[in-house]
Amino acid sequence: MGTRVTYYVPVGPIHPALKEPIRVEAEVEGEKIVKVDVKRGFAHRGIEYMGMKRNAIQTLYLSERICGICSISHPYAFVIGSEKALGIEAPPRAQYIRTIIAELERIHSHILWLGVIAHEIGFDPLLFWTWKGREKVLDILEAITGNRINYAMYMIGGVRRDLKESHIKALRDMITYYWEFTEHMKEVFLSDPVYKARTRGVAQLSKEMALKLNVVGPVARAAGIRMDVRQDIPYDAYADMDVKAIVPQDIVGEARGDAYDITMVRLYEIEQSLDIIEFCLDNLPEGKILAIPNYVALLNKIKKTEGEAIGAHEAPRGEVIHYLKYDGTRDGPAVWKVIAPSYNNINSWALLLLGAEVADIPVVVAYIDPCMCCNDRVAVVEDSSGRLLDYSYLHKKAVEKTRKLEKELGVRR
Amino acid sequence: MTPETLFYAIGMPIIGVFLGLVYKGIDRRVSARMTSRIGPPIRQPFWDVGKLLLKETVVPENAVRWIFNAMPILAFASSMTLLLYIPFGILRAPLEGYGDLVVILYLLTLQALAMAIGGFASGSPFSSVGAQREMVLMMSYEMPFAIVITGFALIYKSFSLSTIASTPVWSIVGPLGGLGVLLLLIAFLWVTPAELAKLPFDIAEAETEIAEGMLAEYSGRNLALFYLSDAVRGFAMIALEVVLFFPFTLSYLFGLNLSGAALYIAEGLWFLFKVLVLYILAVTLVRTSFARFRIEQASRIFWVYVNIIALLGVILIWAEVM
Repeated sequence: MGTRVTYYVPVGPIHPALKEPIRVEAEVEGEKIVKVDVKRGFAHRGIEYMGMKRNAIQTLYLSERICGICSISHPYAFVIGSEKALGIEAPPRAQYIRTIIAELERIHSHILWLGVIAHEIGFDPLLFWTWKGREKVLDILEAITGNRINYAMYMIGGVRRDLKESHIKALRDMITYYWEFTEHMKEVFLSDPVYKARTRGVAQLSKEMALKLNVVGPVARAAGIRMDVRQDIPYDAYADMDVKAIVPQDIVGEARGDAYDITMVRLYEIEQSLDIIEFCLDNLPEGKILAIPNYVALLNKIKKTEGEAIGAHEAPRGEVIHYLKYDGTRDGPAVWKVIAPSYNNINSWALLLLGAEVADIPVVVAYIDPCMCCNDRVAVVEDSSGRLLDYSYLHKKAVEKTRKLEKELGVRR
Repeated sequence: MTPETLFYAIGMPIIGVFLGLVYKGIDRRVSARMTSRIGPPIRQPFWDVGKLLLKETVVPENAVRWIFNAMPILAFASSMTLLLYIPFGILRAPLEGYGDLVVILYLLTLQALAMAIGGFASGSPFSSVGAQREMVLMMSYEMPFAIVITGFALIYKSFSLSTIASTPVWSIVGPLGGLGVLLLLIAFLWVTPAELAKLPFDIAEAETEIAEGMLAEYSGRNLALFYLSDAVRGFAMIALEVVLFFPFTLSYLFGLNLSGAALYIAEGLWFLFKVLVLYILAVTLVRTSFARFRIEQASRIFWVYVNIIALLGVILIWAEVM
């Protein structure tokens, strides 16, 4: 009889299904995947290390560069963590504005994902529709913050720009527009038989496996886990309202945790975001927008304060956690550690791809909405003396540190 | 060699390539408009071919060189030959005496086969997976296609395309047979995107899954030849569909009494118009409104549903003819 032939299909670091640097090495027999290996860390540059050399405000805007798509999620967690550590409280109006911006970003990120998943299964017209619909929220963000991406809006103890009456009117128009848009998209995505055929049962993660793999965000919620930072540890304006995690069992009665369920969760989360924005607009408090308007005074306060805290924010992809420690000697964080949602979620790839088909690779890859720049934290690269903080430099440092530890502990290699 | 043969040998490829690329351009433009984009200019496919012809032709290191380079030529040649078997409106097919529908079926298969063999020969994992998929897909869609052709043979008692083109099929079947032909048309419309490797059946070239599959390693002149053969095949396939199912000429429909050059020009333009309408309906509209199927889903669609539709059509026709 004939021998079994296995092919080795490399997906990434450059591949049409995967626009970011990560590598999925799959061994296939015919269409079936029999062995998977996920390799990551192609672009690690050590942004945390850079942040610990700058002052807190500079680090805040550095943290905005961690993620290229949802650039507000990292500053939000950073700001919350810093405020907790330093004992600063943002004025109520600033808290509401922050929440509005964060929810606007969730809308644009989820719509972007809908386009991506449609593209991955070869449904390009839907990609164009969704991305056309996404322009509206980007326009609003640009009107409010001045930028379409990397908004530079948040500040430790408030926000930098106020909402004007014209913005509020535009936001209300946008809400009506997106209610119609999501209604239409729900119809298109959830009732299309071909979309259903391509996503039902693909990337299926049971609740037990989801808990074991520690997945977060929409991936966990699609598997039926009621987990949402906005619900569990409410902050800012979320504390004033009742945010409930959206899980499929509330919508259709059961959670299967596949790509179709994630689509459903994300579509309903867009509507939830619209509700939250509407609540914020209705209850927008008056008052100032910065606790300490003078940045020099703020830096001085940071320099004198000691403290550590964890800031968590529910980013569109899942929870973003920033650990911050201020030691009272510098005007920047002494320790800064970032945990991005994709780091947890990517772990599920190897499990889901095993036994799947080659045609499912793009769906499995896209369903968690991977964000490599959140994981690998690409950023610029020179310190003040012009030295390049690149991979080899950091690797050298890591090796030196390991050697030192080995010597101290007396471990033999 | 008669002057007529010489004219066909030189003229048909030029006309075929021109029409194929124009239709491809219109297809891209219409598809873009359907998705609220502007789309490329209609002459874009010509520029694409020109650019590809200027580019370097790279052969992968572990490819079987001669097969890899021969397959684009084979594909192009088979699609050109295909063109010579299809009657343009009232213009008779140049090779009508030398073959029939079965030859056309084989020529269409040959082209897909050339792509699959080229994919295998390139030695790339993407191409190999793509070629495997193409083989599976071919096994699926050739069966309903063959059944459709059998149905026509039952009606006309002949496989010859010129016989079929001379009399509209709808005028010689009764109500039962008409229903049968309608079912055959539906089956044929399902086969069309698969035969032309368009969405939802472009599984063998799935861009996001296996990076264009069989064509992943092709570049330069070789890719240009595949591109051209694809364009010509698209035109020929739809033209075949028009000849089989919509053979109504202008004079037949409206009773026009044209003669000489005016007749040929009017009928030629009418034929091209029919092809355009069907092209947009059967290719552009379908590829814009469907997502790509998985290979086993596509196989099931053809083996179960399309086969049943086609067989039902043939049974109805058989019931009437007998």
